[in-house]
Amino acid sequence: MVEFMQQMVNGLSLGAIYALIALGYTMVYGIILLINFAHGDIMMVGAYVGFFSITMLGSNVFVALLFAMLACAALGVLIEKIAYRPLRNSTRIAALITAIGASLFLEYVTIFFLTPEQRVFPAEAFPMHQYQIMGLYISNKDIFIIVLAVVLMVLLQYIVKRTRAGKAMRAVSLDQEAAVLMGISVDKTISFTFALGSALAAAAGVLIGIYYGTINPLMGIIPGLKAFVAAVLGGIGIIPGAMVGGFLMGILETMVSGYGSSMYRDAVAFGVLILILLIKPTGIFGRNESEKV
Amino acid sequence: MLNIQGIDVYYGAIHALKNLSLDVEQGSIVTLIGANGAGKTTTLKTISGLLRSKSGAITFKNHDITRLAPEKIVALGISQVPEGRRVFSTMSVLENLETGAYLRRDKKAIASDMEEVFTRFPRLLERKKQLAGTLSGGEQQMLAIGRALMARPELMLMDEPSMGLAPLLVKEIFEIIKEINSRGTTILLVEQNAHMALSIAHQAYVIETGEIVLSGSAKELMNSEAVKKAYLGG
Repeated sequence: MVEFMQQMVNGLSLGAIYALIALGYTMVYGIILLINFAHGDIMMVGAYVGFFSITMLGSNVFVALLFAMLACAALGVLIEKIAYRPLRNSTRIAALITAIGASLFLEYVTIFFLTPEQRVFPAEAFPMHQYQIMGLYISNKDIFIIVLAVVLMVLLQYIVKRTRAGKAMRAVSLDQEAAVLMGISVDKTISFTFALGSALAAAAGVLIGIYYGTINPLMGIIPGLKAFVAAVLGGIGIIPGAMVGGFLMGILETMVSGYGSSMYRDAVAFGVLILILLIKPTGIFGRNESEKV
Repeated sequence: MLNIQGIDVYYGAIHALKNLSLDVEQGSIVTLIGANGAGKTTTLKTISGLLRSKSGAITFKNHDITRLAPEKIVALGISQVPEGRRVFSTMSVLENLETGAYLRRDKKAIASDMEEVFTRFPRLLERKKQLAGTLSGGEQQMLAIGRALMARPELMLMDEPSMGLAPLLVKEIFEIIKEINSRGTTILLVEQNAHMALSIAHQAYVIETGEIVLSGSAKELMNSEAVKKAYLGG
């Protein structure tokens, strides 16, 4: 039982990170029906911005998070403007291929400037303490990651549900033309969505740096794909779905590593994707409705 | 108030509106009637800026709005109640109405307009927290009208408000349109239900395959043999 609970704790912190990334996938999909494959790489850029703000500016973790989130919000907006906006009325496959291009671009530009070498995320930026509670080992990292992720998710829910910009986001994702007739600018709303999603990914990037201790230019690929699976698992386009899907993926992965073998970890993650697509393609929270045109 | 001067709109190779002109006088109800596919919705979409005209000009209160962004057109005072209601299905009734006031910042006036919408449509007040997608067709139409009113429009474009509604409800909706007009909002009404539309309108235009083929006062058109034959069932 203690073993199980221990895996649960590990799974929750990993899941919190996946959930943060999955939110960006799902929000962007919800509004322009695009799987933004560059999203994992935006997370990577966030990890680097966090890394440099700690190592070069000597800032603390919170300031690093803030810088990373702001920088990636701007990066997300820029990528949408340059790469996706000109293709808004093209086929979906064209936009998808462009997204893969944007992903490779971010990865290899980072390698070009920063070398492919991995960097050690400064441990002193976040001194680890471990607590033993009822036989469970819980570190302040786990607590920090989970609490921060939950705070960001609550904040996101507030923005989406209560603010003017959030309502505009929902309106555009439900019916773009009707939203335009209300005076909502679709371009601005899409930019805002990319900014929000990318900021969350950046936070996840810094948290991955803290969690695993190292970062590298290709670190966005696998967590990005897993977060994508998480978003599909919860129901792509549905915000609470991404949160639940992310936590489920994290828990599943640590359980597989803990009780099976970490070799199968990634295979199980993508096995889940195949299963969802076979059994319930709309995901846990998805309604079975025909795709809107 | 609204003046359309010789616009041409294309869908790809299809010439959907051909040198179309029409006028809407301030304070009036003007109706544009015609068969399915004649270009009624296209006309409204072009006014709202969702579609662009290749030539000609659209002016509203002396502003040239021909190439203006849709949100700027809304800000100038033109709201549309789109065909098929198009309410935001998974947003509540209240949120739908708030979205209608998206461009406004005058919180107090918004609140009082909201009150007014609820007094006019008590059923929306009862269902304030309900998701718009769960409303009946008639209620959704009321919500779509209420939502457009929340922008405080000077000109309201209405696209087939009677579509898919029971006759009794159609009557109610047309009463509401008349009342909205009597409070000072100018209305451009697009309808397939020519009889109802002509009965409340002041001016009318008949459109066929993208061209205005007849125009005049609603009374004149009601008595015109051509209109009777083609649109009033005898």
